[in-house]
Amino acid sequence: MSSAPLPDPAPGAADRPGRAPDDTPAAATRAGLLGPAAAGVAVPPEFDVAGPAAVDPPLGPSDPADRPGTAARAGAAERVVLRLARPYLGRLVGAGLLAAATEFAGLALMATATWLLMSAAGRPPLDRLTVAIVAVRALAIGRGVFRYTERLAGHDAVLRMITDVRARVFATLAARRTAPARTGDALSRLVSDVETVQDLLLRVLVPASAAALVSLLAVGGAALISPSAAAVLAVGLLVAGLALPTLATVLTRRSAAELAPLRGALAADAVDLTHGAADLAAFGATESALRAATGRAGRLARLERRLAAAGFAVDAVGTLVAGLTAGAVVLVALAAGVPGVLVGVLAVGTLSAVEIALALVGAARQRTQLGAGLTRVAVLLDDTAAPRPAASPPGSAPSAAEPEHGDGGHDIRLDEVTVRYRAGAAPALDRVSLDMRGGRRIAVVGPSGAGKSTLAAVLTGAVRPTDGQVTIGGRDLTTYPEDELPGMIGGLLAEAYVFHATVRENLLLGRPGAGEDELIAATAAAGLLDWVRDQPAGWDTVVGEEGGQLSGGQRQRLALARALLAAPPVLLLDEPTEGLDPTAADAVLASALAATPAGHSVLLISHRLTGLAGLDEVVVLDAGRVVQRGRHAELVSAPGWYRDQWLLQEAAERGYLALSP
Amino acid sequence: MNRRPFDPRLLRRVPAARRDLALLALLGVVAAGLVVAQATTLAALLATAFDGRLDRPALAGFAATVAARALLVWAQGTVAARVAATVKAALRADLLAAVGRNGPGWVAGQRAGQLATLAGRGLDALDAYFTGYLPQLVLSVTVPLAVLARIGLADWSSALIIALTLPLIPIFGALLGWQAQAATERQWRRLSLLGGHFLDMVAGLPTLRAFGRARAQVDVVRRMADGHRVATMRTLRIAFLSALVLELVATLSVALVAVPVGIRLLGGGLALQTALLMLLLTPEAYLPLRAAGSRFHASQEGLTALNDAFEVEAGGPAPRPAAGRLVPDGRGEIRFESVTVAYERTTALRDVTLTVRPGERIAVVGPSGAGKSTLLGLLLGFVTPTSGRITVDGVDLAEADLDAWRRQLAWVPQQAHLFAASLADNIRLGAPDTPDAAVAGAVHDAALDEVVAGLPEGLGTVLGERGHGLSSGQRQRVALARAFLRDAPVVLLDEPTARLDSASEAVVLAATHRLVAGRTALLVAHRPALLTDADRILRIEDGRVTEVSPVPTGEAPR
Repeated sequence: MSSAPLPDPAPGAADRPGRAPDDTPAAATRAGLLGPAAAGVAVPPEFDVAGPAAVDPPLGPSDPADRPGTAARAGAAERVVLRLARPYLGRLVGAGLLAAATEFAGLALMATATWLLMSAAGRPPLDRLTVAIVAVRALAIGRGVFRYTERLAGHDAVLRMITDVRARVFATLAARRTAPARTGDALSRLVSDVETVQDLLLRVLVPASAAALVSLLAVGGAALISPSAAAVLAVGLLVAGLALPTLATVLTRRSAAELAPLRGALAADAVDLTHGAADLAAFGATESALRAATGRAGRLARLERRLAAAGFAVDAVGTLVAGLTAGAVVLVALAAGVPGVLVGVLAVGTLSAVEIALALVGAARQRTQLGAGLTRVAVLLDDTAAPRPAASPPGSAPSAAEPEHGDGGHDIRLDEVTVRYRAGAAPALDRVSLDMRGGRRIAVVGPSGAGKSTLAAVLTGAVRPTDGQVTIGGRDLTTYPEDELPGMIGGLLAEAYVFHATVRENLLLGRPGAGEDELIAATAAAGLLDWVRDQPAGWDTVVGEEGGQLSGGQRQRLALARALLAAPPVLLLDEPTEGLDPTAADAVLASALAATPAGHSVLLISHRLTGLAGLDEVVVLDAGRVVQRGRHAELVSAPGWYRDQWLLQEAAERGYLALSP
Repeated sequence: MNRRPFDPRLLRRVPAARRDLALLALLGVVAAGLVVAQATTLAALLATAFDGRLDRPALAGFAATVAARALLVWAQGTVAARVAATVKAALRADLLAAVGRNGPGWVAGQRAGQLATLAGRGLDALDAYFTGYLPQLVLSVTVPLAVLARIGLADWSSALIIALTLPLIPIFGALLGWQAQAATERQWRRLSLLGGHFLDMVAGLPTLRAFGRARAQVDVVRRMADGHRVATMRTLRIAFLSALVLELVATLSVALVAVPVGIRLLGGGLALQTALLMLLLTPEAYLPLRAAGSRFHASQEGLTALNDAFEVEAGGPAPRPAAGRLVPDGRGEIRFESVTVAYERTTALRDVTLTVRPGERIAVVGPSGAGKSTLLGLLLGFVTPTSGRITVDGVDLAEADLDAWRRQLAWVPQQAHLFAASLADNIRLGAPDTPDAAVAGAVHDAALDEVVAGLPEGLGTVLGERGHGLSSGQRQRVALARAFLRDAPVVLLDEPTARLDSASEAVVLAATHRLVAGRTALLVAHRPALLTDADRILRIEDGRVTEVSPVPTGEAPR
């Protein structure tokens, strides 16, 4: 997957003024001269990494924040999350109680200290104050300790829960046969969505329940001194803890709704002005585009200012409520004949209590902002949406990956297979029929967008045919359990991913439990062995995030070695030499084919036509149809796409020395 | 990480924010005064309430201060948000203007993505910095000073204790901060590895699935997530502990003030009102410092975005020397005279001399990365020669009015950028006043009719970001329509049929054929079919240009 924050580097960046050629091989591969996504025709969503949101419109159905019924959906999402919190309920309630204890200690500290001071003014004997003095000390230390333990307990509980959430989200995604379109953006959003669960608990639910509990205690305590003062306090607390948070929720939601379209438009402007800089300059349109974007930025700024004025009014009212409640409590208490010392206690306590209740305003804002992320993550957590992964005995996966040696039991047959990614769109595969007896080696070639990668996706079960049937070993492909199919057919698929792990771990993914000899053989065939031996850490060399510490060529070789190690009876190789220079590509292809055990079938997908002479058959796809098939020698001698392309590639690789046949 | 809490470049770069920033500082001073006033009036109110009396002026004063504080909270928030909005708008305009000023060569590649993100949503991180952190930072200076002054007036010995203990907060904060940071850094590799694992696994899911390992990996994900929890808790424990220490330091300091106050009160050496004032005000002195410290972390993202924005501006190349006034005639001869273009790491063109006669159609071939696109970039003015010069009709392009020159060029890039606007506006790029009839003509010439017919609102259909909804072949035809509409004497085509399937290729080729007829044209080509249009063929390899003419007599394969 792409490492850039934006999925698509500048179009055609590899050959653009101001950019040195082959500067980042990985990026060049992504911009993919012939990568499946480059054609922008129909591409299986799985492979759409470089394509500019070719499948998923920006702010499309995946963004529930902009649609009606958000509040209801966010509520449902919270319930889903809370259901997941059940195992940690004890810890969470403990954290909530500790949070309440922290706040209460702060409130009691101020109240007791006031009582102490005002009592001292009456010059009583010292022993009448001893209890209060001890209490003030205990509360002061206790508040800090409570806060410390509350934070530890809360974070511990929530992080445990996040562990569950991550595992559950991953299990849900893993159980899906076909993944939804995932750009780099969508992926990092998924990660931050998972984090919203943490915020919901730690920054909304725990502090809110603590504030509510302390408010109740404060009213109860005040009632012991003066019921009428307690009533005034209750009113103040209701305004601060209920009315204002509600108002804040409404305002936050409204501003989000007003800001979102303008912010989205501005983001689009930024993309247009940067990625389209050359087009704008060439057509003299830079000035006007810049004016439009600057104007929009100005409009956004004006809107933000206006919304902020409304938003901060809530905070202002909060301050007002705290002070006025305290003043009213003093008035009422004096009128009710409460002793002077206790009037002071009530007043100072009221100020603290309302201040604590005002924390609910912040919690309400936070909750509103979390809504969209929570809704997205809840979909992945919901039991009904995600069937629990079928229990499989441990260790079954490795055995499934063991190759079954050729017994002719892996013939592949495609019968009138049609794939349409969208209703009404041109089919990516159009009534393709193909017969591939076990042990044969076949290449599928054709222009980009011809359906080559779709064919691979159909064979691995990632894409279901709209029409027609695929059988492997005489059995309908759809009847294979998902875990069994990779043991039958697989290999190097488009956009093979290199994990942030050691070389060994990346390889063993192909066949867990493979021995050193097998690792060496596969790596040698992919032409990576020398590199591995050159590394100080050898097999334990960690390849960086998303394989970033490898060059594009090395990454491709690693993925190829992994596929060769897996060695399923039907080996699929989708552009195995992409990103390698022609000489290296020829050598690697030859050694990879040589390393495949006899009796195993090979299905090679390639845009390069060199090195296909030894294969049993070449199938040419164009616009989803088989247009030519035969051996390389036959195809080269007959007019058609294959011969044109062959001459063209020959010419290109020899630097246009041969312009005519 | 260790960044100053306020970037002074802000004042220089966004002058419009200066007044509001000064206002924010002023409001911080007023806020500190109101904190003192509220405590003073409340102390007076309670001191009289001790005797069971109601001090009406004190109550009124208290209510008035509360109202003023409320107003101030609103003003502070609003002004801070205004600063944020002003700064964001100004920086956005600056960033995007830098793109316009420095030209497409500067913005190509990775930088485009970074800039788009920064100018788009990246700068929104400034909201938290300006509305959350900065006002608190001001208060952490003004409030302690005001409190100290007020208590000094009432009781100098207490003020002395506060003045001596107050610095302990930042000192301890810094010491503990270093400690926590060192601990975090020790854990950093482990934390980032474990934290990134989930993303890595999700990103690699298709590959896991292809090897039948997706479900088996769930346990690994759980194990790694659990490892992340353990490592995170380890660093959090240190962070929480330092917060605890700071709180205890503050508590102890308050106690140091409170104990003598209580004793003197008990001995009749101090008025109740003064004692209450101490009680209410002393904690206020320590609070804002701790609050600012705890918000520091949240402010980092904003400061980083700010820094990035300033650095983009500072890092741009020197603006191009004042654009010339001369307007070359595109119908004249184009000459490259010993042109060399060297980039940082490679030389794209070496000593190229070449003449393009009016009306000549020249195909440029060569392996990728050989410098073909650079040749077009030079003519477009996106690239300037490192040495040598290019003349059009005798006018050196370095001295020409580039805008006027570009008006005589029609350019079809490898992958044209389509804008998030209507299809018609995309075709009218650079000529917004073009009548619909002319657009329709260009659509027809570019063989775009059927595409337009297939769109829900025809030419009025708004395209998604980067032309979402059109295939590569269709986008390429939109680019051709732009070129047709331009009706320029010079046409530059950069592999217009690369990446197209064969059906689209045929359509685009036919349109290209119509476009170059009767114009001077440079075609970067890799398909023989394009070469049939050419009068001459140039081959570029390793930056050198050689002629491969005449066109072979044998029919180019097709």
